[in-house]
Amino acid sequence: MKIVVCIKQVPETTEVKINPETNTLVREGVQSIINPFDMYAIEEALRLKERFGGETTAISMGPPQAAEALRQALSLGIDNAILVCDRAFAGSDTWATSFTLASAIKKSGFDIIICGKQASDGDTAQVGPGISAHLDIPQVTYVRKIESIINGQIKVERLMEEGFDIIESSLPVLITVVKEINEPRLASLKNMMRAKKAVITQWTYKDLELNEADIGLNGSPTKVVKIFTPPPKEKGKLLEGTTEEIVRNLVNSLKGDICG
Amino acid sequence: MDYLLTEEQKMLQELSREIAREKIKPVAGEYDKTEEFPWPIMKILAQSDLFSVFVPSEYGGTGGSVMDLCIVTEELSRACGGIAVCYAASALGTFPIILFGNDEQKKKYLPPLAKGTSIAAFGLTEPAAGSDASAIQTTAKKVGDHYVLNGTKHFITNGGEADIYTIVAMTDKTKGARGASAFIVERGTPGFTFGKKEDKLGIRASVTRELIFTDCKIPAANLLSKEGMGFIITMKTFDMSRPGVAAQALGIAQGAIDIAIEYANERKQFGKAISSFQGIQFMLADMATKTEAARALVYSCARAIDSGSKDVAKESAMAKLFASDVAMEVTTDAVQILGGYGYMKEYPAEKFMRDAKITQIYEGTNQIQRNIIALGLIKESKKK
Repeated sequence: MKIVVCIKQVPETTEVKINPETNTLVREGVQSIINPFDMYAIEEALRLKERFGGETTAISMGPPQAAEALRQALSLGIDNAILVCDRAFAGSDTWATSFTLASAIKKSGFDIIICGKQASDGDTAQVGPGISAHLDIPQVTYVRKIESIINGQIKVERLMEEGFDIIESSLPVLITVVKEINEPRLASLKNMMRAKKAVITQWTYKDLELNEADIGLNGSPTKVVKIFTPPPKEKGKLLEGTTEEIVRNLVNSLKGDICG
Repeated sequence: MDYLLTEEQKMLQELSREIAREKIKPVAGEYDKTEEFPWPIMKILAQSDLFSVFVPSEYGGTGGSVMDLCIVTEELSRACGGIAVCYAASALGTFPIILFGNDEQKKKYLPPLAKGTSIAAFGLTEPAAGSDASAIQTTAKKVGDHYVLNGTKHFITNGGEADIYTIVAMTDKTKGARGASAFIVERGTPGFTFGKKEDKLGIRASVTRELIFTDCKIPAANLLSKEGMGFIITMKTFDMSRPGVAAQALGIAQGAIDIAIEYANERKQFGKAISSFQGIQFMLADMATKTEAARALVYSCARAIDSGSKDVAKESAMAKLFASDVAMEVTTDAVQILGGYGYMKEYPAEKFMRDAKITQIYEGTNQIQRNIIALGLIKESKKK
């Protein structure tokens, strides 16, 4: 079984800062880590391999320094790492990103693709589902448990606001995982040594045989017009007194709002 | 201070530190209370290959270096001296096999110990044989292609939890110390049972039990080296393992300093953080200086062993003696800096003081260490 994990390198901070002029994330002076939700995806890939056998591959699209995130995935026990990296990918929105990643995943081969439910910087939760759409395969989001994989059928639990769904799908499939699914392990010494020496495969847009028109800024229909923090809600007025007084005051003030 | 660790050693230090911080520190207090064996932590250490560092690479390890063992033990002890000794005691039980096992014994026992799927223990001490190890009463009688063990070991770290035990027993009582031999005994061997579990002052996450042998039959192939080598095996094992105890003491001292500084910066009296008072500053400075001196000695000793120095008994004893005395002083001072809070179990300082005490006692009391050092000095002077 070929298990692919998509990971993203993100700034290590819970407070993402945005440059108000360029509308992009401020990355300077912030250490980079693997997107915390992707750590659960990596762990689940390793557990799937332990349960069912197979080969695990981590794929990341990003600048050259994203190779560090891939090395960390290797030190956790992932078998192979591929960095999808090219200047031509710069400015990709979630459409172009998922399109590019889908092309890379197709090239690497796959039976199951695992993504974190969303990235801690962009918070869109669109890239995982986007990849499945570009590959034209089924997707299950917010998976909290993989129950079984038998005869090309996967059975999972999807976390809902109240309770969970049990969903069955054929393979290949893309799933996005929530933090309830597992507890990520720490690295091992032998894997750390292997990761240190590993050569990370790098694929450019030419390696993926893509057209420049479909990738990067050219392939991104999303236009970010403005990013802003919404103004805090104004304080409400608290009516006090007996129930009768409160009701009378409420009716009066509503009348006043409407008529005045 | 920069100790010029190799890239791999820095990696190992970082990994051990992360495990200590993320996985051990949050549960250390609970294990201290419940005295349960920390199997979940042992599994994490195994998964991270930390049991492999003291085993040679031919047998599934990553090198078999004492320095690497010290790095791991120090970092784990910084979070919990009790959990660290469960780990280090497995190294202690493994060293006799590494040093004196034949190829067959090594091939059979070392790979699972390196993986951490098995853990080891070392059984020497008996009720009547503490510092005087030659007084052991446990016997091993050769019957055909077997040895039959009878007797009781006590105060055995990892007793009852370990899978592989190195046991020292008398094969010939008439020869005194030269009549002792060392054996590998597997858990589950008929006639091998466990007795009382001790209720200890410190290192309460670790288990200390009695081992009871009643007509326990083990294959003759489990004899390490030759009959009569028991004490030499023990002494050579301790030469290797004492830096590990020293590293444990070092980690406990460092952990206490970490707590004391954090507290001194936060605690306000007379309108200021107490770390601004010279009385506290001088204490912290002395604690850090002594600990750094201990670290320099422990690392030098570990490196000397790894580089193949033959006679390391004196240096090994010095490292253990000095680091453990420093740990006792530093942890006592840490409790003092935390004042009334230091004395309370709600704060972590007192646990470090309790954990430190054993490092002055086990693997040879510090008085025995002084004997070893003095003997070494006298021997050297006579050679001149």
